[in-house]
Amino acid sequence: MNSTALLSAAKDGILTGSIYALMATGLTLIFGVMDLINIAQGILVILGAYLSYALQLHWHIDLFLGLLITIPAMFVVGIVVERLFFRRLTGPEKTGMSILITYAVSLLIEGTLNMVFSVNDVQLQAWYVNKSFAIGSVHFGFIYVAGFVLAAVLLSALYFMLYRTRFGVSVRASVADQTSAALVGIDVKRVSTITFGIGVAVTAVGGMIYGATNAFNASSSYDLISRLLTIIVLGGMGSLGGAMLAGVGMVFVGDMVGVIWSPIWSSMSYFIVLAVVLLFRPQGLFGKQSARVA
Amino acid sequence: MTSKLKYLWWVVALAVFAVYPVVETNPSDQTIGVYTLLFMACAASWNMFSGYSGYIALGSSVFYGVGAYTMALISIHAHMAPGAAMFWLAPLGGLVAVAFAIPIGWIALRVRRHTFVVITIAIFFIFQLGAINFNFTGGTGGLSLPFIQWNTSYYSVPFYYVALGIVIFATVLSAVVRRSRFGLQLMAIRDDEDRALGLGVKVGAVKLTGFALSAFAIGMAGAVYAMFQGQIYPQFVFDPTFDVSVALMSFFGGLGTLTGPLLGALVLESAQQYLTATYSNNSLYLILFGALFLIVINFMPRGIVSFFIDRRRRALAAVAASASATPPAPAPSNVGSLV
Repeated sequence: MNSTALLSAAKDGILTGSIYALMATGLTLIFGVMDLINIAQGILVILGAYLSYALQLHWHIDLFLGLLITIPAMFVVGIVVERLFFRRLTGPEKTGMSILITYAVSLLIEGTLNMVFSVNDVQLQAWYVNKSFAIGSVHFGFIYVAGFVLAAVLLSALYFMLYRTRFGVSVRASVADQTSAALVGIDVKRVSTITFGIGVAVTAVGGMIYGATNAFNASSSYDLISRLLTIIVLGGMGSLGGAMLAGVGMVFVGDMVGVIWSPIWSSMSYFIVLAVVLLFRPQGLFGKQSARVA
Repeated sequence: MTSKLKYLWWVVALAVFAVYPVVETNPSDQTIGVYTLLFMACAASWNMFSGYSGYIALGSSVFYGVGAYTMALISIHAHMAPGAAMFWLAPLGGLVAVAFAIPIGWIALRVRRHTFVVITIAIFFIFQLGAINFNFTGGTGGLSLPFIQWNTSYYSVPFYYVALGIVIFATVLSAVVRRSRFGLQLMAIRDDEDRALGLGVKVGAVKLTGFALSAFAIGMAGAVYAMFQGQIYPQFVFDPTFDVSVALMSFFGGLGTLTGPLLGALVLESAQQYLTATYSNNSLYLILFGALFLIVINFMPRGIVSFFIDRRRRALAAVAASASATPPAPAPSNVGSLV
């Protein structure tokens, strides 16, 4: 193994990993506030990618400019899904039910996307998609760097919103304890709806970058959601920092395994890492210990 | 409903299933019957652990795939004569699935609720990627089993009856577990695991036993599927939609009930097979399946069977209440709706 490969894996880990971190942050935020696991996050990323694709195909709107349309669009999608299916969901089986409900939502979206866009793979194209520059011996793809910058900006904005605004205080209070939050006058339902919207809105960005760097169709969502779930469980469910670190770490580990051993094992490696970590830390790396281990 | 009447319903249902391939001689309809029965067996078996214990496992296609690969690998490497003798490998497939379920359960059952769900999904992907990447599984090209040269006009019939046997096995096992002390312990875990532990239930052993037991029929179904298809591919035997389908079927019919998963699988799988055969378009099924499930969960959150049982109980209670009321109470108008 040479140092270039190591550097390259580290670069991929940070650049690609940041996009996964962004998508996983949406997921973990929703879980933290509402105790819901949004299995549809994978297909929503693909929906975001197809929205960018459609905007470019029909109105020749640039991918990055299109985000100004797709981000609010995905926010609305999130709010509609929350209003329709999660408002009335309560009780101890809430989390388990949310998995099945969002899975049904994702089947619905998958079938619709297959019908509208067919099952043939597409990839987002633009003049800058395949351009890259080199620093030393390491090559940087423009789109990856742009994705990293976007993810960094959005994650910082999210962080600022959560820790420096009044709304952020309400969100964090709802994460800590819903009942107490409601008692001090926080409109937990409103906070939940907006959080769900934000958690889904990040898929617009994730989807655009994913779609520009991978050929995709609706069934790519299975690969995506399995990775995103791995990230949030590994990082500790509900932990934003954990999701970011696990996102970067997962891609890094996958690339290293690919370099040292063989690329065919890279995607398997993080599932194994996850299983091993959970053996010793069932709550994930940065998770709160919620349920005792039997 | 008296218990005698209840048994009568089971006998009638069994008789209908038993004569189906005799009455319905169209091979493609018989094929639909085979798939439907395989899913009924899987849903019933899945429900026996996940429905009773509340641990929603979304990696059951691991057992299905292990059963399928057991059937394929042994029949190929032992150079078995293609034919009915291969059915004997089905119980073996089930046993191998149980052998895999024990270490998997040992890892996964250390965590609870949503983390359990996610780790079963992760374990599923380890198996799927393994089947795609190892050499002995044939990779994405899959494996071809010894070719069975039965007449196409009745090819499905033996598979149908074997599948029906697995359904009966899974249902009886599920019913026995439900009435046993072991079943009560599983349900106690669902209701309050910490309290069950405090009351002396060996929760770890009970959970692991239930998990491993539920793998058996699913492994057998996978083995029969492999033999029926004659060719298996990793992406079809280790299929994420399978994982969720059995769970959705059980929810659809009624989680934790005996008949719910059977009914859910019967309705949903036959509908899928029919729609796929008629429109050769799986997307339509995905949309219908998703929509139907969302409707059921919004209006009958505890499944169809529980929904009707509840309605019946409420109606009976209303009758009882009005009967015990003052003598000149108006005649209960809802008696007719009971039948």
